[in-house]
Amino acid sequence: MEATRSIPISHPATRDPWTVRALLLILAVGFAILFLLVPLFAVFFEAFQKGFTGYLEALQKPAAQSAIQLTLLVAGIAVPANLIFGIAASWAIAKFDFPGKTVLISLIDLPFSVSPVTAGLVFVLLFGARGWFGPLLSAWNIKIIFAVPGIVLATIFVTFPFVARELIPLLQAQGSDEEQAALSLGANGWQTFWRITLPKARWGILYGVILCNARAMGEFGAVSVVSGHIRGLTNTIPLHVEVLYNDYDYVGAFAVASLLTLLALFTLLIKSLATRL
Amino acid sequence: MTQSVPFNLWWRRQILPGFGLSLGFTLVYLSLIVLIPLIALFMKASGIGVEGFVRIILSPRVLAAFQLSFSVSFYAALVNVLLGTILAWVLVRYRFPGRGLLDAIVDFPFALPTAVAGIALTAIYASNGWLGGPIQALTGWKLTFTPLGIFLALVFVGFPFVVRTVQPVLADLDVEFEEAAASLGASRLQTIFRVVIPELLPAALTGFTLTFARALGEYGSVVFISGNMPMKTEIVPLLIMMELDQFHYTEATVIAALMLVVSLVLLFLINGLQRWGKLRGHRA
Repeated sequence: MEATRSIPISHPATRDPWTVRALLLILAVGFAILFLLVPLFAVFFEAFQKGFTGYLEALQKPAAQSAIQLTLLVAGIAVPANLIFGIAASWAIAKFDFPGKTVLISLIDLPFSVSPVTAGLVFVLLFGARGWFGPLLSAWNIKIIFAVPGIVLATIFVTFPFVARELIPLLQAQGSDEEQAALSLGANGWQTFWRITLPKARWGILYGVILCNARAMGEFGAVSVVSGHIRGLTNTIPLHVEVLYNDYDYVGAFAVASLLTLLALFTLLIKSLATRL
Repeated sequence: MTQSVPFNLWWRRQILPGFGLSLGFTLVYLSLIVLIPLIALFMKASGIGVEGFVRIILSPRVLAAFQLSFSVSFYAALVNVLLGTILAWVLVRYRFPGRGLLDAIVDFPFALPTAVAGIALTAIYASNGWLGGPIQALTGWKLTFTPLGIFLALVFVGFPFVVRTVQPVLADLDVEFEEAAASLGASRLQTIFRVVIPELLPAALTGFTLTFARALGEYGSVVFISGNMPMKTEIVPLLIMMELDQFHYTEATVIAALMLVVSLVLLFLINGLQRWGKLRGHRA
């Protein structure tokens, strides 16, 4: 320390000594490798324990196939639903001023603060056999809990904020000058939206959809509560991972998990591309 | 909101169509998916009365779960503040090959589904795992099926929060402040503790609270590594799940309602911290 103080030019106070730099760098990179990359490699290592044929066999089993199909179906409903909501919410919030706007923005973020298990539980309380609408649903012979509609609802809940929170700041930053110009030139509201707003926001929309989709396909806790774990019927990919793992079928569990890991890597790739744009 | 905008400007904005449609759809969708279900949870929980509420919360198994969840989440958030700040510092201030890659993989825990994180962490921290084996041989600590394993899982899932809250503040922090401190005779250490850390404090606290809140609610990454032993390694979300599996809906609802109140308090705290951070930014 004495040396640092007496020779300020060779050790300017805005620059860390090289020992500190090396130490922090090793700590940061070492931690990232051990803590973040080792789990990533472990997934693929375990998945290929029985070679490539074992990996493919695990993925081709009927239960795995039906889990993949169900996950695609659920994401295929939940993501467009939240996309339409995100566009509507960002249009209302970014283009207009109204009282209670900050409260509305906070409420949109609310599902991120709710534990996934609680997110599933609320739908059991509403639509379960002993829930608010339970008697009504059983009278009409409609099944929501322990069935696909419950999985869709729980997934929509946990992925609710993703598109909206990407689009609101983007549309706010873009302002509405171009929309007003289009309207003054005679375009109607929908033309303005399709030809001006949507093309301007396309990267934000794409990014929000990809984040929303990653979470929708990977959601475990909330879906676990409402699914009932019926094999071949209500098992999504993450739930199937759990079932296989608890059956000590590690190769199967990690093979199916590797699909979600690839999705995560793809999502990260899009994110780093989007932030560089 | 409305009053602060001059009337003619407000009116001009209303030239854009679709206000009623977009806000109406937003409010209906928000109510159906989020608000009504959450209100149902509170109504159901309040239906059993204060006495029943207290009886459930004060049962030894519930108390043990809350104690475990709060303490492990606290330590995980604390470790993440230290590691996350160091990582943000390295990413913003140092130039080295692979920096872009390091920056990208910071978000890996956010992108990876929790169930996948759960089984991968259990595999590597098991007694015969890549990291669990050497650690157990060196220290004698068993990681899986212990609170230590839960702690590791929570550090993993919450890791990006602190990095991503501190990083932008650090990037905006002008090096001139540090130069000024240095020219006034401060040592590097004094500059760090008196100039840099106070500026980072709101962001670091926000990151801490975000990690803590996420850790309290986390289920998927913990359930595999914890072993799920009541009173020992049973965190609150897992306890809610166990009660549900036994069709104890009242117990599950009461515990979940209390957790939700805690989450809402943390949410207000996070909003307050973010406002404090913004004020600090403007003052500079």
